[in-house]
Amino acid sequence: MLSNESIVFSAKNVSKTFGAGKNQVTAVNDVSFDIYDGEIISIVGGSGCGKSVLAKIMLGLYPASKGVFLYNGRKISNLKRHWGEVQSVFQDPFSCFNQFFTIRSQLEDAFNIFKKKPSKEEIKRRVDEGLLAVNVTPKDIEGKYSFELSGGQMQRMLLARIFALRPKVLIADEPTSMVDACVRANILDYLMKLKKELHMTIVFVTHDIGLANYVSDRIFIMHEGKIVNAGTPEEVLDKTEEAHTLKLLDDIPEVHKEEWIKNSHRAKNKKVS
Amino acid sequence: MSKSIFEVENLSLHYLGRFGDKTHAVTDVSFKMKQGEILGIAGESGCGKSTLVSGLMGMCIPPLYPTSGDVRVAGESLMNRTVEDIRANVLAQKVSMIPQGAFNALNPVRKIKDIAADVIAAHQSSGVHMNAQEIYQRLRTRFDLFGMDTDRVLNSFPIQLTAGERQRSVIGISTLLNPQMVIADEPTSALDVSTQKEVISMIFDLLDKGVFSTMIFITHELPLLYHVADNIAIMYAGEFVEMGTAEQVVKDPRHPYTKALMGAMLSTEKAQRTRKPVAIEGAPPSLDKPIIGCRFADRCSIARPECKKNKQNLRIVAGREVRCDYAE
Ligand SMILES: Nc1ncnc2c1ncn2[C@@H]1O[C@H](COP(=O)(O)OP(=O)(O)OP(=O)(O)O)[C@@H](O)[C@H]1O
Ligand SMILES: Nc1ncnc2c1ncn2[C@@H]1O[C@H](COP(=O)(O)OP(=O)(O)OP(=O)(O)O)[C@@H](O)[C@H]1O
Ligand code: SF4
Ligand SMILES: [Mg+2]
Ligand SMILES: [Mg+2]
Repeated sequence: MLSNESIVFSAKNVSKTFGAGKNQVTAVNDVSFDIYDGEIISIVGGSGCGKSVLAKIMLGLYPASKGVFLYNGRKISNLKRHWGEVQSVFQDPFSCFNQFFTIRSQLEDAFNIFKKKPSKEEIKRRVDEGLLAVNVTPKDIEGKYSFELSGGQMQRMLLARIFALRPKVLIADEPTSMVDACVRANILDYLMKLKKELHMTIVFVTHDIGLANYVSDRIFIMHEGKIVNAGTPEEVLDKTEEAHTLKLLDDIPEVHKEEWIKNSHRAKNKKVS
Repeated sequence: MSKSIFEVENLSLHYLGRFGDKTHAVTDVSFKMKQGEILGIAGESGCGKSTLVSGLMGMCIPPLYPTSGDVRVAGESLMNRTVEDIRANVLAQKVSMIPQGAFNALNPVRKIKDIAADVIAAHQSSGVHMNAQEIYQRLRTRFDLFGMDTDRVLNSFPIQLTAGERQRSVIGISTLLNPQMVIADEPTSALDVSTQKEVISMIFDLLDKGVFSTMIFITHELPLLYHVADNIAIMYAGEFVEMGTAEQVVKDPRHPYTKALMGAMLSTEKAQRTRKPVAIEGAPPSLDKPIIGCRFADRCSIARPECKKNKQNLRIVAGREVRCDYAE
């Protein structure tokens, strides 16, 4: 049974607002949940629904404006210590690498966050492993800088870093938005492997409910700052009348949906021809 | 047979590195498009899609250089012309380009209507003459056409708009001069599924209303292309490896890479939900040196020793072109 000790993140009536008065934005609006050790949780919702802000609260980047947010039963106070255990992959891959150093040296320097750094050989081996996990041959990025890679390749470098560092908790914000299906399947499989072998707790942020269904133990659907639906993938995808969830399902351009876009001559003509 | 309005012949492009090294990002791409056709190009990150777009526009800006080949719009070659010439005489009027991530790169201190005016002004020298009033009028009519909240959007700064509104504005502005064709590089990849659908609906609207009729649509999402494109080309490590109708390529793929892509797809359809997507191991080859044999050989499940030795040419298999001697 899940005990209190195994709660990694706990949110009680957490809100986050930006600005004041007329310009006030409530990005996260009164959410409550517990996330357990070794779970993969997906946070799913459309653009601007508050996914990234919630992810940043988990990283300690924003304090909650209201409510109580705890990591391992305590408020997040020491950011350096927090980041030694909770690592992230963020949406914009380019902002995360410095263009003046080679990618390789930055992947190796990432180990500086640890008090006890592994040996040089161990670091090299783990960086190689991380690169291979995202389908990149280590030799191919030797001596390369971030500006020489495409957006999707950069996104893979961020994931390679996580795979090398192996934190206790991973917050992955849209880590597959720029890669094709094969690489995506690989990354998702790797996330599940991290959970299984290293017992990593993973918070996976995405707007694609299909991806969430595949990797998660539980899914939180967000809309306008609120969690409007939560449960196991079956509960969320099947036993639901919840309108926002249905729309998210409906809008994925899958091949079996012959009428993905309705009322367009273009869509109709295409079907006929 | 109607005439081709866009022809690409054996186009190859390379980046020149700091030490004189070359990356052969695009190799021997050829295709023709008819008026009214939508061609989708799909392939994994780094396979050369954005590089190809630069080449298709004749916009090779160092360190990118054309290696060989030709691109013609309505018979007029775009190769060996200056970037200024292309900007003034081709862009926006004949071919309009929507670059990857453009909607996130709009000048933050200009309102949408001013950004539009800047774009039109850039073409004043080449016979497009409109004063501010005319431009604004044309913008209004166009934005009304696709059901935008016109006044609010035109008078907003980019940051005040949603990602969907920004991208729809970019497409609206890019097609204001009624170009013969549009090349869109991942116009919806950075958007959520619902916003993506909004943007595609708008593109269909513009097509239905005849604002433009021919388009190249680039993405790494193959299922999306099934809904958008008439024909699809699959790109791998700089080459086209399969080219056919959307129906052929998506529903009945023949090249081992295309098959692998489809096999890696996830689905929310009930019966498909628990099917495990099959990822392919390994990575594409380095493009630093010319490659003779099949570029997919290291990852192909049916590869044979000959595959790496023999040059693979496009050949007809089941009514479409496939670059693999052993596909059937
Ligand atoms: N630093 C900030 N200052 C003011 N408002 C902010 C800030 N960060 C986020 N917001 C607002 O909070 C809301 C939620 O933003 P958030 O980035 O969490 O959305 P998201 O769900 O991650 O969307 P996307 O899918 O587009 O990444 C938005 O309305 C956004 O404009
Ligand atoms: N300025 C550059 N110098 C050297 N190589 C480059 C440069 N820009 C891109 N490349 C290389 O060219 C290849 C093709 O890159 P390109 O950006 O065209 O890929 P893409 O298919 O558009 O990828 P994505 O889906 O991630 O946008 C990649 O291997 C990339 O590393
Ligand atoms: S040529 Fe050989 S390695 Fe290449 S795709 Fe065909 S079977 Fe596979
Ligand atoms: Mg976000
Ligand atoms: Mg690109």
